[in-house]
Amino acid sequence: MDWLLQPDTTAEKLTLMVIAILLFVVVMGAILLGIDRLKRAPTWVVVLGFLGPTLLFLAFGLLYPGLRTVWNSFRDGRGRTFVGADNYVTAFTDDRFQTVLRNTALWVVLVPLLATLFGLVYAVLVDRTRFEYLAKTLIFLPMSISLVGASIIWKFVYEYKPVQGNIQQTGLLNQVLVWLGMQPQQFLQDQPWNNLFLIAVMVWIQAGFAMTVLSAAVKAIPDDIVEAARLDGLHGLGMFRYITVPSIRPALVVVVTTIAMATLKVFDIVRTMTGGNFDTSVVAYEFYVQSFTARQQGLGAALAVILFVLVIPIIAYNVRQLKLAEEIR
Amino acid sequence: MTAIPPTTLTDPTEVDTRKVRGLTRAEQRAIAAKGRLSSPWASGIAIVLAILWTVPTFGLLVTSVRPRSEIRSSGWWTFLQNPALTFENYSEVLFGSSTSFATFFVNSVVITLPAVVIPISLALLAAYAFAWIPFRGRELLFVAVFALQVVPIQVTLLPLLRQYVSWGLEGSFWVVWLSHSIFALPLAIYLLHNFMKDIPASLVEAARVDGAGHVTVFFRVLLPLLTPAIASFGIFQFLWVWNDLLVALVFVGGTTDVAPLTVRIAELAGTRGSQWHLLSAGAFVAMVVPLVVFLALQRYFVRGLLAGSVKG
Repeated sequence: MDWLLQPDTTAEKLTLMVIAILLFVVVMGAILLGIDRLKRAPTWVVVLGFLGPTLLFLAFGLLYPGLRTVWNSFRDGRGRTFVGADNYVTAFTDDRFQTVLRNTALWVVLVPLLATLFGLVYAVLVDRTRFEYLAKTLIFLPMSISLVGASIIWKFVYEYKPVQGNIQQTGLLNQVLVWLGMQPQQFLQDQPWNNLFLIAVMVWIQAGFAMTVLSAAVKAIPDDIVEAARLDGLHGLGMFRYITVPSIRPALVVVVTTIAMATLKVFDIVRTMTGGNFDTSVVAYEFYVQSFTARQQGLGAALAVILFVLVIPIIAYNVRQLKLAEEIR
Repeated sequence: MTAIPPTTLTDPTEVDTRKVRGLTRAEQRAIAAKGRLSSPWASGIAIVLAILWTVPTFGLLVTSVRPRSEIRSSGWWTFLQNPALTFENYSEVLFGSSTSFATFFVNSVVITLPAVVIPISLALLAAYAFAWIPFRGRELLFVAVFALQVVPIQVTLLPLLRQYVSWGLEGSFWVVWLSHSIFALPLAIYLLHNFMKDIPASLVEAARVDGAGHVTVFFRVLLPLLTPAIASFGIFQFLWVWNDLLVALVFVGGTTDVAPLTVRIAELAGTRGSQWHLLSAGAFVAMVVPLVVFLALQRYFVRGLLAGSVKG
């Protein structure tokens, strides 16, 4: 029965997949059928049948490991001795981590702002035009591909060939520079600008999300408001500034905070494009390196906890804004 | 919306309300919107953005069908001057012994299907309990599950890996399925709960009064009504699992028999970062499934997105 753990042919893998799904269906089916058969089953039995497996999964896979990581973050690299707040001190004071924190701040500020800006402007520009569906799909498509795929797409755009003899640039951005009569650049290596070129990838992906949500919000602005403003002589930028943006404020808050949270956790882009070299690392990537490559378990755990703590104010703000929005309604 | 002759729209400010009376509101707004786009700046910006968002992908797509030597010596924009087309890159990346993306493609499929089906089924049951079975502590428990969405999966990875290693399961499909299912649950429960709450209570109560047990109500009454919601979250979860790198990297790493496409292509980018004939074709092998699913089911995806972020 080795192949249940280590299948090597395609047929074995597919069979294993079917078995896994069937196993799940049979187990859940048995539980539910059992509940159904028991006439007058007490509520707690029914609840346990519906919720039990889920709660078990969550306790095992999220709750316990989360607490464990908090515990580990106060222990040394191999998890043996208690070191107090040393890991956190390192994470906040070490030179290398200073750069990491600075980069993370740059990501978390720039990505939500730029993605939301592009998404909003685009949503308003194409709203109710003839090509709306196509135009939106184009911007939206990057959302469906992996961050690794996106990184490769952009790495190719940034591709650099040393200037000598007859060598032509194969990266689009450098070719544009050449056409403009400038020198090609090593976009991914020249500090500190390389960070911006990595950030551009995330903006490229998230703008589609911003656009979709904001477009729905723009469409939901009541016609009366738009018409009244128009009669008052508002057009173009004025309409955008005084009607559109204030009307969709709650959606804007949700979009900015959602993107900020997604950005905090991104490590794929940094890993694929620079491998964290050239001063481009971020907390999420450094967490991976410390935990799984450098085997600095305690430090890795501390970085994960920092990531967790950084998410909290964003969510708190989000919840507060939603409450405010509901009160106004 | 396109029935109005464009000649009347030369200047949007002249389209006053008297002239367009007799049109519906939507049509009036369409006229205004068109007026906005007919301003050269606005359409210019929209077109520039659309191009910026499309050209990088298009460039890589063109590159993936150019011969290897051409890719090295000239940019993809010269393709039309020298249109040589080949599918060798794809056959090499799929079946070449050093890349064998075909194997990893199968791995991705095998990982993804159970990792979509299992969490959705569990979340449906849990969401039903939270929505329609009254029990003590329900609110509190729901808030707790809701709050778990906040936990970044990074926090859980190392202790989970330890546990899997101690069971001797690391590097197998089982732990990837299990992990993806767990990580998906909080959001799935929250979203499906939102959808379930939208179903009129009278429907559920009527069935209950008729003597139907919760299991029957769940399968007979709610499940058929929830198909769109299931589709929405299904696409979400599908894209998330198919495109995931972190979970796969941590739990199955380099195990050739289990690792999905994302892991393989990230590895390729690291070790053979200048071999663009392989990278470009490989990237598209990894992208084609999510692109097709996405284009086919975009409507549901948008719906799920809006339910998750705006309703919240």
